[in-house]
Amino acid sequence: MSGLSFQDTVFALKKYWSDRGCIIQEPYDVEVGAGTMAPETFLRVLGPQPYRVAYVQPSRRPADGRYGENPNRLYKHQQLQVILKPSPADVIDQYLGSLKAIGIDLGKHDIKFEEDNWEAPTLGAWGIGWQVMLDGLEITQFTYFQQCGGFDLDLVPAELTYGLERIVAFLQNVDSVYDIEWAPGVRYSEVRFEDERQFSKYNFELADVAMLWKLFDLHEAECQRLLKAAEVVLPAYDQVLKCSHIFNLLDARGAISVTERVGVIARVRKLALGVAQAWMKQYQPQVEAVA
Amino acid sequence: MSLPFLLEIGTEEIPDWMIVPALNNLQDMFQSLLDQHALGGKVASIAATPRRLVLRADGLLEQQATKKERRRVPPVFKDLATSPALESYLRKNQISIGDIYHEGPDHFYTKETSGQATAAILARELPNLILKIQWPKTMYWNGKDSERFIRPVRWLVALLSDAVVPFEIGGVHSGDTTVGHRLLGRPSILVSIENFEQQLKSNGVILSADQRRDKIETEIAGLLAGKGLKVKPDPDLLHTLVYITEFPTAILGGFDLQYLELPQEVLTTVMRHHQKYFSVVDADGNLAPNFIAVMNTNADPDGLVRHGNERVLRARFNDARFFWQVDQKRNLEARLPDLSTVIFQAKVGSYFQKTERIVALVQALGGDRNAQRAALLCKCDLTTDMVKEFTDLQGVVGGLYAKVQNEPKEVWQAIYDHYKPLSMEDAVPSTLNGCLLSVADKWDTLTECFKVGMAPTGSRDPFGLRRAAQGIVRISAEGDFNFDLPQRGELTEFMRDRVEYYFRDVRGFAYDEVRACMATGWNDLLDLQRRLKRVQAVRPTPDFEPLAASFKRIKNILKQADYKDGSAYREDLFEPGPERDLYQEIRRTEGQPLESRIGPLRPKVDLFFDKVLVNAPDPNIRRNRLALLQSLLTEFSDVADFSEIVTER
Repeated sequence: MSGLSFQDTVFALKKYWSDRGCIIQEPYDVEVGAGTMAPETFLRVLGPQPYRVAYVQPSRRPADGRYGENPNRLYKHQQLQVILKPSPADVIDQYLGSLKAIGIDLGKHDIKFEEDNWEAPTLGAWGIGWQVMLDGLEITQFTYFQQCGGFDLDLVPAELTYGLERIVAFLQNVDSVYDIEWAPGVRYSEVRFEDERQFSKYNFELADVAMLWKLFDLHEAECQRLLKAAEVVLPAYDQVLKCSHIFNLLDARGAISVTERVGVIARVRKLALGVAQAWMKQYQPQVEAVA
Repeated sequence: MSLPFLLEIGTEEIPDWMIVPALNNLQDMFQSLLDQHALGGKVASIAATPRRLVLRADGLLEQQATKKERRRVPPVFKDLATSPALESYLRKNQISIGDIYHEGPDHFYTKETSGQATAAILARELPNLILKIQWPKTMYWNGKDSERFIRPVRWLVALLSDAVVPFEIGGVHSGDTTVGHRLLGRPSILVSIENFEQQLKSNGVILSADQRRDKIETEIAGLLAGKGLKVKPDPDLLHTLVYITEFPTAILGGFDLQYLELPQEVLTTVMRHHQKYFSVVDADGNLAPNFIAVMNTNADPDGLVRHGNERVLRARFNDARFFWQVDQKRNLEARLPDLSTVIFQAKVGSYFQKTERIVALVQALGGDRNAQRAALLCKCDLTTDMVKEFTDLQGVVGGLYAKVQNEPKEVWQAIYDHYKPLSMEDAVPSTLNGCLLSVADKWDTLTECFKVGMAPTGSRDPFGLRRAAQGIVRISAEGDFNFDLPQRGELTEFMRDRVEYYFRDVRGFAYDEVRACMATGWNDLLDLQRRLKRVQAVRPTPDFEPLAASFKRIKNILKQADYKDGSAYREDLFEPGPERDLYQEIRRTEGQPLESRIGPLRPKVDLFFDKVLVNAPDPNIRRNRLALLQSLLTEFSDVADFSEIVTER
């Protein structure tokens, strides 16, 4: 085997970004579809306060599950998420430096930045950016956030999302993510294969649709109740994440019809925008105090 | 003295497809700036890479010419008598009494304004001009309400001769320092107008797009020389690669022969759309197990880049093969119910509903069992993993799946082709059923979208309705199925425009011939096409245009007379001479094709108008003459309305 192990890659990236002023956070403990949805991104990019954070976020996408049979597709993959708010002028150089830090000799490889703008309608969020291609492999999504929760952002954060499995498979020169060496002598499949197989079965075949709908309604109501009470934002946002994940499950289960689909997306979006507004309200007095 | 000027806008990577239009826009705006401020000079060249837009101009003045204007002294100072008001006027305009001269009864002086320095004007105007470059989508990066551009501006070079034109955009100050290639160059390079391009080159940046293109093409030829292989030409992909690289280098990669078992359509799509590789074919045009990738660097000394790209392609091909195998677990028909969860358009409904409508339409259009079967299955590939991954292959994948699922060729080929033609260059479906299905699908899209108010406006056409309509027109005119275009509802005008555009701009018929023939009818495009060809053929004959002019006259006469009487003429009322001659000629040639009637009729018509007064005093005679003219018009109107032909008379 060549290249760093999965966990050493994570260590190296965390160290690299910690050296550049990032807080190293732990993964958020509610199911999310992407690192962007963790409150460390979704809420922290809002408002006028600078912030730098990096964390690994296990990201669940029920519809992407392949029962562990596809060498490149996973129901749950690991993203290393970096937020630099505001983005420094040399952000791309810093990013390229992080690739060197995990053992990529840029002088011997081909790097391209290909247009890829990001948009998450359910979060009222979008940004401008690229997919970063290393020898033809997409290794990172690079986004300058423009809007989140329906708000134009005060400071423009750069978001770097590293697809860890892909990068490590590249570093280790293996064709299947399951062959990645996670830790010395331990393969990715030993750590995660059962996870993939069982959750694919659950997501596609076993999930109780009626129960999921019920849960969706309950979490939505709880979120609305909390927003109305207007005292706490973070617990309300957890409810949004629950709704979003349940929506993804229902979608993977093929349980959402056309007419429902548009409506359900709108319901999640409404909650997310409500949370963003509540979060911004917390900020406003401070902004005024500074001014 | 005339000065050269150089501007470089340094940014982060600009999307390749936006670069050329933006560069042209920059050129136009800069030239206008020179002209508007009378700075002399012309834009000499423009060039760009993903990270820089560059403009050079020559022949700029050092400063604007001094402006001399004749100013009139207000009449109130007519006698130039000393007064505090006059004193104040002279002071304000910085003149003395001696500068004022007479001309007739009035007084004037010459106002001289010295021109501003070109550098000062450029320094003032450039930030605005740069930020006004038009982009399809812009961003801000310095915080809310800050300047917007396509990507963050990171450096600026602005030199007028050897002096920096100083200005600032978003905290970046213009200077004489550029930036090299991310990996091959230095991050800070002092440049002059003379050595700019050379300095870039020695720092890994080929500024000229033509040179980058040549480099790619020469290297591809070199890589394939003597191997009996050819690259599959792809100008769009080449353009993309030219503008996604600052220092392109082509490499040849390969893949395992086993993947050639996958359909060529899938392999090519993976290579082109996902990896931006050129496909390679052998002497017989068959796909070879090779590809050409273009790097944005100068070499691949250890073969790592080739190896990496081969690895990615292998994974993509494995994915495709995996999709193919998994997709076969449920045949197309079993997927039909799933279409109710696939949105066609939010206001219109699902693909399941669309399928029901297409099947009914195909049936109504006379489609046989196979055509109806193709209609039933044609959208089912939208639920397959293969199409979810490779959306460009919708239809093609459905066709290929239908084939391996033992549907007859009359079914699978129709599904395979039913999105065709995708462009003006693309072929129409190759079979009757394919044409039928393609038309039904497109007609359904048009009618449903118009129904919910989604007709295209101006240049906006998000659902590709113009392309759909154009597809129907082309299939009807060129394909095996001639769709009888309905002539009612709000789609009529929209379709009429498409038909007119097609025959005029695509097929090259004269616009008045198209109008004349369409006035007769355009529901049957094959018939319209035949009539157009006939009119086109008789047009150069000497009698045609004079006769067409007479037809226009007839039409005007009938219109002026407000003639709406449909009754036949009475033979006994025709007077001997030109009137009866014309009548007899019409009768004699009745039923003959227009080609042989034009010659003999023309002199009779001319003579009739020469000698006969249509507006005869006797109302019966008048009515009878109008009836004769009307019948003449009617007899030719099954080919065209010749009064629409533009003649010189």
